[in-house]
Amino acid sequence: MALLSKKSQQVLNDPLMNNNPITLQVLGICSALAITVKMDTAVVMTLAVIAVLSVSNTIIAILRNLIPSKVRIIVQLAIIASLVILTDQILKAYMYDISKQLSVFVGLIITNCIVMGRAEAFAMQNTPGKSFWDGLGNGLGYGMILIVVSFFRELLGSGSVFGFQVIPDSFYAAGYENMGLMVLSPGAFIILGLIVWVQRIVAKIEEE
Amino acid sequence: MRSNAYTLIFTSTVTIVLGFLLSMAVTILKDQQDLNIEIDIKKNILRSLDFAPSKENPWTPERVQAIFEEYISSLVINAKGETIEGKKPEDINPDVDGDFHPIYIKTMVGKIDGYAIPISGKGLWSTLYGYFAVESDGMTVKGITFYKHGETAGLGGEVEKPWFRNNYKGKKFVDNDGNLVGIQIIKGSVDDTSPDAYHQVDGISGATMTSKGLNKFLMNDLKTYESFFHRIRTSKGI
Repeated sequence: MALLSKKSQQVLNDPLMNNNPITLQVLGICSALAITVKMDTAVVMTLAVIAVLSVSNTIIAILRNLIPSKVRIIVQLAIIASLVILTDQILKAYMYDISKQLSVFVGLIITNCIVMGRAEAFAMQNTPGKSFWDGLGNGLGYGMILIVVSFFRELLGSGSVFGFQVIPDSFYAAGYENMGLMVLSPGAFIILGLIVWVQRIVAKIEEE
Repeated sequence: MRSNAYTLIFTSTVTIVLGFLLSMAVTILKDQQDLNIEIDIKKNILRSLDFAPSKENPWTPERVQAIFEEYISSLVINAKGETIEGKKPEDINPDVDGDFHPIYIKTMVGKIDGYAIPISGKGLWSTLYGYFAVESDGMTVKGITFYKHGETAGLGGEVEKPWFRNNYKGKKFVDNDGNLVGIQIIKGSVDDTSPDAYHQVDGISGATMTSKGLNKFLMNDLKTYESFFHRIRTSKGI
């Protein structure tokens, strides 16, 4: 990581662990529950969020001294919404099957608190370069949790990973059954809860 | 604090630039998206008519087009079951053409091997869209598929799963006297000894409303096509 200055490294790493948007700030939960039944949708959603978040952060940081403070939220929203629509259109053109499964959730990236939160809290005060790393870091932090959650949900709920069956047929013959709960939202809540718990122990974070 | 004029100019510029970029992107990507939708519909018609992709022959867009071209022909009928000459399913404009109904016909080695009709209607949360295929006898179900719905995944969403769709295969939607009875999803499993078993399929637990909706709109769509299938059942020809 010699490419990055120490400060940029910190900006990039912080949201991955110590300040993860999902597990520590508890933002973006709605989509984390909705699209983590299968791993391929989780990966595409991660890429979409990373793209939107890093580009919107960069654009907003470039314009930060030009945006009139009275209307800054509306301007941020217009930029974010345009990027999300663009992403959605590209997915519909080149990854049709996955965009069908993601359905409205790509559009709902607009309302994902992480994107607006980073624009308002970081990009409005920092340089475009740093804001890009911040967006990338937060996108990765979000995506990391999505992929971990979807791995367990797909493995336990459908017996597969990325659509390939990994639980051998002999297990099913011996009476093993997929866990139906994992396909439904409560399964995501339970796994997310466990991840938050483990992470807080590992990172030694204590609530007052 | 900046002046109101500045705010106005700034927001207008942002709106115009973003609007321009978006409309450009949408225009460029439109053809590819329309093609995807067309392929997806064809895939579903094929699936309802018992075609399936295999590991050696996955359904690439070119392959779907080729299979469709080779085995599927189509015609448009009205509610009386009469063929409307010179009209194709893709010409139907649902907004103005009330009484035009498409039928897709599968022909294998010169013999008709099934008819697929579009079905749609309300489930619990959403409108479901799919295809319903009938054997060449005009009374036995060949298959059913859904390509668009917003039902709960794991509950109503199970309608698109093979285990549920396979239940329909071989069922009959007319009784012995030739009356249209439709296909009923019942609670629990079908009792094979019951006299009604020929038009019943196993239910999905937790999806009562989706099932009720599906029973109802399938019946409605079958009514629309009844005169067509009636003619096939009685005269063995179109």
